[in-house]
Amino acid sequence: MSEHRVTRSDRQSRFGLATFAVLLAVLALLPWWDSDGSLRVPLVAILYYLALAQMWNLLAGFAGLVSIGQQMFVGIGVYTLLSFAEDFGVDPYLSVLLAGLVAAVLSLPVAALAFRLRGGYFAIGTWVIAEVFRLIALESGFLGGANVRTMTRASLGGYSVDTRNTVTYLLALGLAAGATAIVVLVLRSRLGLALRSIRDNAEGARGLGVSVTRAKLVVWVISAFWTGMTGAVILLHNPSTRAESAFSVLRWTALVVFIAIIGGVGSTTGPIIGVVIYWCVREFLEDAEEWRFIILGLIAAAMAVAAPRGVYGLLQKRWTVQFFPVRRRLVGPGVGAPAPPDEIRTPSQPPK
Amino acid sequence: MEWLNAVVQGIMLGGLFALFATGLSIAFGVMRFVNLAHGDLAILGAFVAVSVTSGLSLNPFVSLVVVVPIMLAAGYAMQLGVFNFTISADPLPSILVTFGLGVVIQNALLETYSADSRGLDVGSIEVESITLTDAIAIGWIPLITLAAAVAVLLGLQAMLSRTSLGRAFRAVSDDPATARLMGINDRNLYAVAMGIAFATVAIAGVFLGIRQSFGPTDGPAQLLYAFEAVVIGGLGSVWGTLVGGLLLGIAHGLGGQFEVSFGYGSGPLLGHLVFLAVLATKPTGLLGRRDA
Repeated sequence: MSEHRVTRSDRQSRFGLATFAVLLAVLALLPWWDSDGSLRVPLVAILYYLALAQMWNLLAGFAGLVSIGQQMFVGIGVYTLLSFAEDFGVDPYLSVLLAGLVAAVLSLPVAALAFRLRGGYFAIGTWVIAEVFRLIALESGFLGGANVRTMTRASLGGYSVDTRNTVTYLLALGLAAGATAIVVLVLRSRLGLALRSIRDNAEGARGLGVSVTRAKLVVWVISAFWTGMTGAVILLHNPSTRAESAFSVLRWTALVVFIAIIGGVGSTTGPIIGVVIYWCVREFLEDAEEWRFIILGLIAAAMAVAAPRGVYGLLQKRWTVQFFPVRRRLVGPGVGAPAPPDEIRTPSQPPK
Repeated sequence: MEWLNAVVQGIMLGGLFALFATGLSIAFGVMRFVNLAHGDLAILGAFVAVSVTSGLSLNPFVSLVVVVPIMLAAGYAMQLGVFNFTISADPLPSILVTFGLGVVIQNALLETYSADSRGLDVGSIEVESITLTDAIAIGWIPLITLAAAVAVLLGLQAMLSRTSLGRAFRAVSDDPATARLMGINDRNLYAVAMGIAFATVAIAGVFLGIRQSFGPTDGPAQLLYAFEAVVIGGLGSVWGTLVGGLLLGIAHGLGGQFEVSFGYGSGPLLGHLVFLAVLATKPTGLLGRRDA
């Protein structure tokens, strides 16, 4: 047995995981000490934005799938919950799970079409397909997307207001923490290795037997599933909706993209930083939604040019910080300084 | 006859789509650059025309003399100052910059001009038309729009095939590294291409504004139509762009026939479905080059 082995955990990542666990525990117990909900209610929006940003990050940052159509899965989640809970009387919390499943199933034909496009055209292609879903929800009499629809008390069943608020909050927390965990687990898995090899050199990866389409498809379906459930929880938090807001590209994709870019796309920690920055901007510009989009859009565009790995990438340049154990390192006798974290490496240029 | 009329009106609308698609096609053809702010730039052009027409009391057609150079300069500067820094093997930065720019333009227009719908008034010609039969009449404005689209595409084709600038465009499109070795300043050339793209999309925006009322949030829809026209026609084909635009226009016209039973989304929805059908069966587009 060689004394050398590949490890992904070190003191820093153990510290990071411990911090994360403590934070999670504090947040999970919040409903029991924040009784008036003054912290809990605004936190729900931050948490579901983190879930959405992590899922977009998984697609764009690791699988090269720059989707501008995430609003389709949010909208599908919203209208699945409405249909099951309102129209068929299914338990609303079971319907959240069903919302994710419906989004995952529908993501398959979407992939069959959108995966024919590359890069920027993939981005616009997903946007077109999201528009198709929006128009269907808008014009169909059954979904009734042209009018405001509300989750009524009857469909929320026997749950009291307090229970509902607490469960919605815990669901949002679970989605945010779960989304982060999914990204970490995917990166640690064989799939994560495949994705990174595809990102760095797709032809080379294919030559070594990596199924590029399969790896991308798995990530696409995971992201659709989680984004669909997040859409359903958004409706639980904000019980009135119409097709225009459920399928809003500005709210469910543009803001999410800005959060991920500003924080740092292609890293597990970046979206967490991004969502904190988003919270600050929101606090300062509470009543001016247009200004919020203008300022975040300008910062994000500037970051995309000057610092494509976001705030996390800038921090990383100075300090090697790694909160999640996703970096593979060789340890053993005679092994020197750790290799640069592969998580933040920019894609290599193809030889000219 | 009603259906034939829908097709004829759709062809006219298709002229506008082709005009929108031209700029997107140029930027992709020359430098593989996908501009997600394309639709918002068209609407920006239309709003600039609103300010120019009311400020200088000009006819909107005449305002093109002011609007087009402004947008041409903006495109040139934008490529040199920003977009050129995002050109790399990784498409992510260019997508993000242009997507962010589009959202910023849209919200800045909302702040400046409010959410009200606007129109560009060109006088009595707006309601005049040529009567072909009892059921079919072609409005002058849609006809002029289609003529403008054909003229812009003819000009572009002539420029690409006959001038030294066009030769340089084709050279960088095929092989930027070798073109550079031959003494072509590719960065500057990209800026010229983006200037032309902005200019054509400004023309499209002004024609949109003359044809129908528009608001600050109408940009993304125009981007999607332009993109669909490019893909339906085939990437990298000038005439494909026109064919794609016309087919998309016909789909919108025919879809509009279902407005009563389905709702106002029926035209765009049929357009999207035709695009997806082409994508599913012939992803290179109807007139696309194999390698594009």
